Amino acid sequence: MDHDYLISTRTELSGAATVVSPSGDIDLGRSPTLRAHLKQVQSKKPPRLIVDLGLVEYMDSSGVATLVEALQTARKQQASMVLCNMQDKVRSIFEIARLDTVFQIVPDVKTALEL
Amino acid sequence: MTDIPPISVQLLSDPKYLCGVRELVAAVAGRLGFSEEECGQIKLAVDEALCNIVRHGYQRRKDGQIWISLSPICNGQDVTQLRIVIEDEARQVDPRTIKGRDLADIRPGGLGVHIIREIMDEVVYEKREPTGMRLTLVKTRCSCPASKP
Repeated sequence: MDHDYLISTRTELSGAATVVSPSGDIDLGRSPTLRAHLKQVQSKKPPRLIVDLGLVEYMDSSGVATLVEALQTARKQQASMVLCNMQDKVRSIFEIARLDTVFQIVPDVKTALEL
Repeated sequence: MTDIPPISVQLLSDPKYLCGVRELVAAVAGRLGFSEEECGQIKLAVDEALCNIVRHGYQRRKDGQIWISLSPICNGQDVTQLRIVIEDEARQVDPRTIKGRDLADIRPGGLGVHIIREIMDEVVYEKREPTGMRLTLVKTRCSCPASKP
């Protein structure tokens, strides 16, 4: 496996929610790994998927597309999906794509769990 | 006076090399006086342009050639703009057909052109002779002292 394409992703269960915490840049080279991981997590149909972006410093439109795909899957499963800990640099791409109002974005995991 | 850009980079259309180029472009823009926010925008626009070449131009082939050059545009001593030219030998398309998609249509993909047009001040796609495409991007420095009243 090409290690340049690896993305570190931590997953933990918290009650009914599954928290996925990717780290590193999510770009064209790495978003397929995140996509595969989210697909695996969503195959278990968690009622709430929380994506903690606190360790993601950069994301391009392929990363955004990966999250849009996960959101569509969550909606089909009648589950919720929440993004949290989004850094300003990452938030700006959601604003440019006008997706900041499509996703549920909260400050931190604690808030996401309390929704 | 020469028209040779001070920085030119040649790379292959392999996604793993995009990080190096976008970091280089952001670092140079910062050194030229662009703000941190502007550097982030320039970095994103260049990355999106390169992604489009890899995905759509070379259709994910990893051995295609891409050339990128950076040229500061000055007004006296001040750098007021940064011109970035990105060229490839990928399949040619009619520049008039290169458009961002309707953002009301929430679906994965198709955001790259919209992002580039949203954050850069000039965006020109043209066919390159004899093959490939050329994209010219210009970012104006809002933080330039010369642009302040």
